[in-house]
Amino acid sequence: MTLPRMRRLAVGAAATLFLAGCAGGTTGSTNDGGDKPVAAISQADIDKAMKTPTELTFWTWLPDIEKEVALFQKKYPAISVKVINAGNSQAEYTKLRTALKAGSGAPDVVQIEYQHIPGFTITGGLLDLRPYGAEALKDRFVDWAWGQVSGRNGEVWAIPQDTGPMGMLYRKDIFDKHGIEPPKTWDEFAAAARKLHAADPSVYLTNFPTNHNSIWTGLMWQAGVKPFQMKSADQVSVDVAGETSKKLASYWSGLVKEGVLSADADFSDQWFQGLNKGRYATWLTAAWGPLFLSTSAKETRGKWRVAPLPQWTAGEQKSGNWGGSTSAVVKTTKNPIAAAMFAQFLNTDPESAKMLTTLQFLYPPTKALLSDQGFVDQKSDFYGGQQVNKVFADISDTVPADFTWLPFMDQINNDWNETVGKSLADKTDTDAALDKWQQTITTFAEKQGFKVAR
Amino acid sequence: MSVMTVPPSRRASARRNGVGYLFVAPFLLVFVAMLVAPLAYAGYLSLFREQLIGGVSFSGLDNYIQALSDERLLDGVLRVSRFFLVQVPIMLGLALSFALALDSGMMWLSRVIRLGIFLPYAVPGVIAALMWSYLYGPQFGPITQLAEALGLPAPNLLSSDLMLGSVANIVTWEFTGYNMIILYAALRAIPTELYEAAAVDGAGAWRIAWNVKIPALRPALLMALIFSVIGSFQLFNEPELLQRLAPNVIDSAYTPNMYTYSMAFISQDVNYAAAVSFLLGLVIVVVSYTVQFAVARRRT
Repeated sequence: MTLPRMRRLAVGAAATLFLAGCAGGTTGSTNDGGDKPVAAISQADIDKAMKTPTELTFWTWLPDIEKEVALFQKKYPAISVKVINAGNSQAEYTKLRTALKAGSGAPDVVQIEYQHIPGFTITGGLLDLRPYGAEALKDRFVDWAWGQVSGRNGEVWAIPQDTGPMGMLYRKDIFDKHGIEPPKTWDEFAAAARKLHAADPSVYLTNFPTNHNSIWTGLMWQAGVKPFQMKSADQVSVDVAGETSKKLASYWSGLVKEGVLSADADFSDQWFQGLNKGRYATWLTAAWGPLFLSTSAKETRGKWRVAPLPQWTAGEQKSGNWGGSTSAVVKTTKNPIAAAMFAQFLNTDPESAKMLTTLQFLYPPTKALLSDQGFVDQKSDFYGGQQVNKVFADISDTVPADFTWLPFMDQINNDWNETVGKSLADKTDTDAALDKWQQTITTFAEKQGFKVAR
Repeated sequence: MSVMTVPPSRRASARRNGVGYLFVAPFLLVFVAMLVAPLAYAGYLSLFREQLIGGVSFSGLDNYIQALSDERLLDGVLRVSRFFLVQVPIMLGLALSFALALDSGMMWLSRVIRLGIFLPYAVPGVIAALMWSYLYGPQFGPITQLAEALGLPAPNLLSSDLMLGSVANIVTWEFTGYNMIILYAALRAIPTELYEAAAVDGAGAWRIAWNVKIPALRPALLMALIFSVIGSFQLFNEPELLQRLAPNVIDSAYTPNMYTYSMAFISQDVNYAAAVSFLLGLVIVVVSYTVQFAVARRRT
């Protein structure tokens, strides 16, 4: 989830209010793609295409992206880019799927979140960007972002745009009042949760949301679980209920059952009020979280600080990722060269990439920006003058690189809510719920024709 | 029928038929394009199966057979049936009393009151659900705050026990005014001679309401009832929005329509969603006819 997605959840979701049975089309071709070596497009062809008058369509939900687009058009005056906001995340994907099935109406370039890339590549919806020089960009990005846009056979399906390495925002004033040090390990975190709630029953150390699995997935990532992997074109491995996941389950369900953590739905009215009124002393969130919090919990200005996530092993530094998106080129584009160049320019041109951090407040995936003094040295008053970006830039280095996704994340995410999320909320057996989650994903994958390994 | 005593000539009849079709053509065109064609297409889709690996294959009635034994779907149908049995009588009862009260002419400010009762219907469903979700909020909502101020245990209106009631409350609030207007309009259409005759026979206001007005309202009540059957079985907006607050109480199969939506847009299984939609349509037709039949039989 990116920042605008949050906004969507917070404001409401009129966009989802139409009924089923109207989308459709039965011609979904299955194409794993990319088994053959790819020939690079020559520089001469690229130069020619970039001088040919062309109109590109770009679907994105980023506000004011026209500013970055203008930079591109300044460099390539022959290309004009039409920006269309086709809705945030799911709303856009639904339209894109429909357009791909219908065979017309799809854009040239499209914003896609990392975890939804495989859902489009499996039906052959995206263009492999290797022939257009995308492989050369690999070293400019943090490896775990690049890993998520890479296909099983080395394809480059998209260019990373922003990320969300996870950290912990905490209320320094509440910690100080009760003599609590920012926990460095999950053991310390659990002890702090008990201490804090005993000292003040109206405060919880954190809220564990049960309405989406973003945090859960990020914590699996931190713990080194590789739950979702494509083993071959038609074989997937699903491992969401292994030993480490069970450890996570007993840890979090234990604290929730003790009553020392809350399990409220987040990004809801209640939750916003909770943040403002000091119901939660920390928020486990991603690098886009600090800015989001500073605009939605204004009353608590100056009281928050930023720290890395607590660790399973003392002295270790690991994190996970929550959110972030990419620019991908749609396979049906009539102008693949211009589209691929645009996707690359938008996210790698120094000026454009920097603008994404200052105008849209995206957290950057490029190494250049993560070590850019102007970016990491910024001090934030909301966090008592702390260099928030710097903390997250350090965290970004600690995200394991080999985390991947499956082509049906919507289903997986939804199933989590109805199994693990429900058990946390209802304080029932989370261990059994994990097994149930594993089983529903397996059933769905098999129904879709995949072979499933654990 | 007495008009038809002189049979029209064949030519005139043929010409008249042609002109008739010309007049209904705009309707027919839109009807076919927007309703018949999509329905036929959905029916066609429901006979196939699509897999990410393996593509599309004909599956006959498999989707329907699967749906008939789909516990999640059946639970949803049972839930909306319960909703229908409890919520609709309350809503129509309220609408009827309001309509009768307004029609009695014995109220001050009746126009303002009429508008006030109707107003919730004009509030978009999304806004209404957001508003109610604030009111229902278990920590900071006004209902909770009030209960706490009075030293009472605050009811969790979003818990699994009370959720259906909470949804029913929103729907009642939204649609009572709408049904009231239907009934009120029908009341205004009753010839005043009937009341005069009843008054001459010595009937009081209550007697007139019970023996004259309500029987005359039967067709309008039946229509409101059928609308409510459809509305209940297609329940979607309110639970969908409350899901954000109570994601673990309202799951993706809470109502049949939510299940269909989630099948189509989360599981990407439009084929199964189409089959479920058809079955749901069938349930609505059966219930609507049962209601109509029951009402018609009581009349004779």
